[in-house]
Amino acid sequence: MPKDSGIGTSPKRREDVRFLTGNGKYTDDINLTGQSHAVFARSDVAHGKINNIDISVAENMPGVLAIFTGEDFADVGGNPAGWLINSRDGEPMKEPKRPVLAHGKVRHVGDAYAAVVAETASQAQDAVDAIIADITEFPAVVDMETALAGGGFVHDEIGTNQCFDWGWIEDNRAATDAAIKSAPHVTTLSLVNNRVVPNAIETRASIADYDRGTGDYILYTTSQNPHLTRLLISAFVLGIPENKLRVVSPDVGGGFGSKIYHYGEEALVLAAAKKLCRPVKWTASRSESFLTDAHGRDHVTKIELACEKDGTFIAFRTDTMANVGAYLSNFSTVTPTFLHGTLMAGNYTVPNVYVNVKAVFTNTAPVDAYRGAGRPEATYSLERVIDKCARELSLDPIELRRKNFIKPDQFPYASAAGLEYDTGNYDALFDKLEEIVDFGGFNARRAASEKNGKLRGLGINSYIEACGIAPSNLVGILGARVGLYDAATVRVNATGNISVMVGAHSHGQGHATAFPQVVSDMLGVDENSIEIVHGDTSKIPFGMGSYGSRSLAVCGSAVVRATEKIINKARKIAAHMLEASEGDIDFKDGKFSVTGTDKSLAFGEVAFKAYVPHDYPHDELEPGLEETAFYDPANFTYPSGAYACEVEVDPDTGQVTVESFTAVDDFGNVINPMIVTGQVHGGIGQGIGQALLENCTYDESGQLLSASYMDYAMPRASDLPFYNVDHSCAMPCTHNPLGVKGCGEAGAIGSPPTIVNAVVDALHSGGHTHVTHIDMPVSPVRVWSAINN
Amino acid sequence: MYNFEFVKPSNVADALAALASEEAQALGGGQTLIPTMKQRLASPEKLVSLLGISEMQGVDVSGNIVTIGGATTHANVAAADAFSGLTGLASGIGDPAVRNRGTIGGSLANNDPAACYPAAALATGATIVTNSREILADDYFQGMFTTALKEVEIITAVRIPVPLASNYQKFEQPASRFALVGVFVAKYVDGVRVAITGASENGVFRWSEAEAALSVNFSYDAISSLSVDASDMISDLHGTKEYRANLVRVLTGRAVLSAS
Ligand SMILES: Cc1cc2nc3c(=O)[nH]c(=O)nc-3n(C[C@H](O)[C@H](O)[C@H](O)COP(=O)(O)OP(=O)(O)OC[C@H]3O[C@@H](n4cnc5c(N)ncnc54)[C@H](O)[C@@H]3O)c2cc1C
Repeated sequence: MPKDSGIGTSPKRREDVRFLTGNGKYTDDINLTGQSHAVFARSDVAHGKINNIDISVAENMPGVLAIFTGEDFADVGGNPAGWLINSRDGEPMKEPKRPVLAHGKVRHVGDAYAAVVAETASQAQDAVDAIIADITEFPAVVDMETALAGGGFVHDEIGTNQCFDWGWIEDNRAATDAAIKSAPHVTTLSLVNNRVVPNAIETRASIADYDRGTGDYILYTTSQNPHLTRLLISAFVLGIPENKLRVVSPDVGGGFGSKIYHYGEEALVLAAAKKLCRPVKWTASRSESFLTDAHGRDHVTKIELACEKDGTFIAFRTDTMANVGAYLSNFSTVTPTFLHGTLMAGNYTVPNVYVNVKAVFTNTAPVDAYRGAGRPEATYSLERVIDKCARELSLDPIELRRKNFIKPDQFPYASAAGLEYDTGNYDALFDKLEEIVDFGGFNARRAASEKNGKLRGLGINSYIEACGIAPSNLVGILGARVGLYDAATVRVNATGNISVMVGAHSHGQGHATAFPQVVSDMLGVDENSIEIVHGDTSKIPFGMGSYGSRSLAVCGSAVVRATEKIINKARKIAAHMLEASEGDIDFKDGKFSVTGTDKSLAFGEVAFKAYVPHDYPHDELEPGLEETAFYDPANFTYPSGAYACEVEVDPDTGQVTVESFTAVDDFGNVINPMIVTGQVHGGIGQGIGQALLENCTYDESGQLLSASYMDYAMPRASDLPFYNVDHSCAMPCTHNPLGVKGCGEAGAIGSPPTIVNAVVDALHSGGHTHVTHIDMPVSPVRVWSAINN
Repeated sequence: MYNFEFVKPSNVADALAALASEEAQALGGGQTLIPTMKQRLASPEKLVSLLGISEMQGVDVSGNIVTIGGATTHANVAAADAFSGLTGLASGIGDPAVRNRGTIGGSLANNDPAACYPAAALATGATIVTNSREILADDYFQGMFTTALKEVEIITAVRIPVPLASNYQKFEQPASRFALVGVFVAKYVDGVRVAITGASENGVFRWSEAEAALSVNFSYDAISSLSVDASDMISDLHGTKEYRANLVRVLTGRAVLSAS
């Protein structure tokens, strides 16, 4: 009988009622008594020396309470990179200080060099407008190749614009070079993984409150991981003891990576709140969001695929320049390296892989992890070059991939890029894709398009990614400066309902619905009696938050472990109550019973006993029913998928429309299929945005040309097709208790190459065979120009 | 945004009086002006809303002339369905929120080089009626964001001769969804007029070569081998000069094919 609740069912997202009726509580919805407002003075040049900041007029303006400049934070720590990367020559990466406010130099348009706190935001803005900044403008370092060639430096003290020059795996380098040299066929492709602006609907915001009696701080902020934010502020930046700083991330309206990181504005409002003994609030405008949120992607890559004439892969070699912008954001060094290079073997049995990544400082906003974080870049490079190879060798793109897939009986499989894939069945995913998509009817659809003057293309793609970041021992060896476990506390209340405090943070993912499904299944209690608590360091155990599709795989596992502890303790209490030995107690469907008898107790009765411990074995058991577990994963999880799409291209205008999109994903076990489908939809929408529309562009002087929605094209409903999504080919993860893999980023990883492969296919069908590649976004002008060149 | 005073007069005379004070500015639907004020790029001390003036509202079709009040919203122009080219244009501006606020007078006064209405006005040889005079479209548009309007002068109505056939083709700029290029083709007894928006450094313009060819032979073939000079075209993130020049021809052809 199909279940009607718990794991595998699709209750509607309970949080949506709140969100859709305007009852969400976001940071900007919070207003504290006596609150003042901060506004930042931001550089309008990309690169310049700060000679003087004259605040004499501004500080006397109405309502102004305090003005801060970089000078005020000269003695506090910098906001660090979370991961140390070593260059090929063994040298550690260059880590210039990232100050709270720019000091000495401004390094990108939007770099804050001063902040005004005033009674109202409008007064603060007036005062910001009255600050006179004497800044000598320097030529901007924008293009990565130019940046590496030398000349002006973003950070003079390091004397280079190269942060690191990383090789992976260095021991494979010679073999890979040799394999490529002697290979019967080599396909080469140069491509750009376009820079994107995350564009969460909710812009960043922070409110700091300081209690002058206790010396305690509260920071309400738009964060995907309040504990990490607290750790960074406490251990690195302001030095506020962790037990004096409470970080609260209430409802957060989307993050996509950009709200993982600690930003200077958070430190500023904290310092200002202490100085003024008043709450200080800041909410970013959309323009600030464009200029200062950590951007995503921005790789320039050359990839080579070496293979036999029959298409058997021999080697992949990539050279990548990765833009890190003006300062190292917290995950900016791991994203283009370990989250990218380790995936460069894809789903394939290729024996040789070598990846070189040079990270480059430029006078642009910091670049960091963005939905997919490194894996989309890896997948895009691989799957574009494989598609090009198939065309060069006149092989069917599906057959070429299948020929090289790791086969089900080869798992666990040690990839040539250094990961151990625990499980997968890539052929099964393509079998499913071929079952769902009417490939047979494609030629007829193509003919129909051509009748209307359009070209039609079919794009195929296969991906593997690594989620559930991450085994702390492994990442520690690789340079991580934090552990990447997660934590959960399950508190069964006296009346039987349950609060689950989780380290994961929900900013759209539906944790409030999905996590209770897990606990409900395990305890046999109604999922509606289980509430999730998240986003407040004073309420939840120390967890690492949500990114990298890790919430369920890592924090969900901690929830399972904590719930198991609850069951174990409750079983002991039940044994006492039922006067039986613990070994004879059976727990099923929310009931404790004595094996072979009709004596039983409901879970709620046992919980009540834990809190009203009359007649209780106090010598053996503590009262209460609350357990915490930390979970550190044994390995990454490896979702994979087979994608296909059809596009139509209007050769007269270059306009591309996505006619159909099918995603077959293996996410392992699925807790709530509806939520998973929604995550895939969102991911594909974001991927189509990157592939066709989103184009974050700086001009030579470092001005952001796409700094508003007038020039930055977001995908809209009319740009997207109806998706065909399947996740029935589940190969459960072998090393976490739920067998789950993670689904939050898959769509954004798998879709961009699918789209571009389809566009190239369409152009070839129209005889434009000189077009082997078009860089994203594959905008009308680019397609038309490619055709007409 | 800075603070400002707000008045909403009920007739043109009161509006003019209110506008006489320095630093006062007319407000239509606010779809251009308000965002500019939010960015502190404009700072009028007084906004004079024209939306309360009933004589500036509505669409009237009598005989061969459509008269549209200067404060009529895009949504109301679309709903009036005066003739197909105009209806199509008005219903394709922005999104529902923009169409229910933005006005024809505001659009023509602003004369954004990527706006839609300027193409309709120029292609139909419309008359821009203000509080003090009547201006032919051919004299009204004077380059990007520049018009024949004087300091204190409000568009009270737009008079458009109904064409025999017309069509507006808009190729959307991917981000703003304004016209990357927009082409309005209008056929009259005495000839065809073609106006192009979004494309030129000089704002909306008439493509006279196409007009001449289409006036002789109103067909796609008549213009398929013509081209506009790419050197005058706008080049930006969303399109090169050559690309825009191509769109001018492609869209003109499509407008002819779709004209009704
Ligand atoms: C998201 C968005 C999308 C849009 N998309 C499009 C599009 O696709 N195509 C398009 O054409 N436009 C588009 N627009 C612009 C929209 O059509 C505006 O309505 C128009 O540009 C200005 O009209 P308004 O009534 O809002 O004028 P306002 O913003 O109120 O005023 C604009 C200017 O005109 C002056 N003014 C207003 N009314 C009069 C009058 N009667 N006489 C004299 N001066 C006057 C004002 O003083 C001001 O200088 C878009 C706008 C937005 C916000």
